[in-house]
Amino acid sequence: MKILVCISSVPDTTSKINFTADKSAFDKNGIQWVINPLDEFALTKAVKLQESQGATVTVINVGDAGTEPVIRKALAIGANDAVRVNLDPKDSYSTAKEIAAVAQSGGYDLILCGKESIDYNGGSVPGMVAQLLNQPFVNASVGLDVNGNEATAVREIEGGKETISVKLPAIIAGQKGLVDEKDLIIPNMRGIMSARTKPLQVVEPASSEVKVQGVSYDSVPPRAAVKMVSPDNLDELVRLLHEEAKVI
Amino acid sequence: MAVFVYAENINGVYKKAAFEAVSYAKAVADKAGDTVTAISVNPTDSSDLLYKYGASNVINIKDEGLKNFSAKAFAQAVNEVANGNIIVFPHTTDASSVAPMLAIMKNYSLITNALEAPESLSPFQVKRRAFSGKGFMHAKAEGNGVIVTVSQNAFGVKENAVSGSEEVKNLSVANDDTKVISHEQSSGKLDLKEAEVVVSAGRGMKGPENWGMVEDLANVLGAATACSKPVSDIGWRPHTEHVGQTGKAISPNLYIAIGISGAIQHLAGVNSSKTIVVINNDAEAPFFKSADYGVVGDAFQIIPALTEKIKAIKG
Repeated sequence: MKILVCISSVPDTTSKINFTADKSAFDKNGIQWVINPLDEFALTKAVKLQESQGATVTVINVGDAGTEPVIRKALAIGANDAVRVNLDPKDSYSTAKEIAAVAQSGGYDLILCGKESIDYNGGSVPGMVAQLLNQPFVNASVGLDVNGNEATAVREIEGGKETISVKLPAIIAGQKGLVDEKDLIIPNMRGIMSARTKPLQVVEPASSEVKVQGVSYDSVPPRAAVKMVSPDNLDELVRLLHEEAKVI
Repeated sequence: MAVFVYAENINGVYKKAAFEAVSYAKAVADKAGDTVTAISVNPTDSSDLLYKYGASNVINIKDEGLKNFSAKAFAQAVNEVANGNIIVFPHTTDASSVAPMLAIMKNYSLITNALEAPESLSPFQVKRRAFSGKGFMHAKAEGNGVIVTVSQNAFGVKENAVSGSEEVKNLSVANDDTKVISHEQSSGKLDLKEAEVVVSAGRGMKGPENWGMVEDLANVLGAATACSKPVSDIGWRPHTEHVGQTGKAISPNLYIAIGISGAIQHLAGVNSSKTIVVINNDAEAPFFKSADYGVVGDAFQIIPALTEKIKAIKG
């Protein structure tokens, strides 16, 4: 079985988000880059399938050369090889087109990815790739088993869960729960060393069409100073919520 | 500029997010000088509910094959009837799975997580959520058609009654790529993303056995319950209740955080809440800096007392 895992390089989850002075772009100064945490669940799941089913795991990233440390980390976690599409991605559509083009020529049985990236929060790439490849798509997955040419996915629905069987090839977008947080793989020294020699193929983009542009960015305005209420005067808290904030 | 909107239902019953999406579509249509056509798949609820928020046409797709959800099959069905150049979806799990597939089918731009009515229609430009709530992006769509998903609880549900008419479309879309094996729906539980009040707790609760008082407070407020990441990681509460950067992003009117210190990743999921109350015994907890109201003290005494006081005011 051949698995393709889509990874995005995103600011570390503790990063403060700043924008350039003219607000036209995200300010990358001082940012540590990590594998998108939701993609990490997908990658770990793929490595588990590699161990249990002898699958091969290829990671794909659409990004410039600056994303290679993150790709190497994915290789250290256990992927067999990697493809980087040499394009600084501008929107979900251009990213999805590149992933679909690589997936098409690679003949993968299963494509795994996180349900969204924690930077631009588009949540659109997995569904777009599925449609471009005309393959079934299961979003928000919190469980996955593969048996031959069929997968059983558990997806989160509002207020519950649904278990579905899917014919492969298919695209599964996962989130926390696809594997447990405690099962995420922290690369060991052997993994880091072997990642240096694993194949990382760089391919040029197939197209450059963009459908959505980020025109400008704003920071979140600060809240007014907190009003502290004594624990002995909860009547005051209730009054504030009722009369001032009007939320109860 | 014909405006279409996907009115999502669960087991035939319209979701609050559907009414919000129709309200949003009505605002777009007013700006465009056009009307709203709502699309729903196998609803049992009356279309009157959609006229109330501004949909003057409702297309009810009837298709036995779409009894179970499949993103691809639903996208195909919507594609058959949505003949507008602006299509609005709620940003729910199901709708935001359908929208990207439809965007490819129609060769339209897709902007997700919109927070406000569009800044302009041609080109379509709108403020959207980005960086997990730590920033905003003003996104501009290229081309002639756009699909926009509306972040839940951001625009709000706005009554705007119009007289409407209903059309039934009988389709038979192939739905054979996925097969539902089982479906578990917890009854009577408020949907966290739709809830207007959320009571959330963290490690400060010391153990899952102490969650009863959190639920009591939530019940009195008609609120959903949530938790911080460490709490779901330890297994005190299910993953589905985890709010934060890698959990759910929510925007209730009132968010009460109990025993949660307020890590940046937690704030990312909740900082678009309209009012935030923080209860913590550590006066230095960073969450107080992001709160509207704060109480420093013992949660085990404050929560039951607060529950009683709110019960009294609610009568």
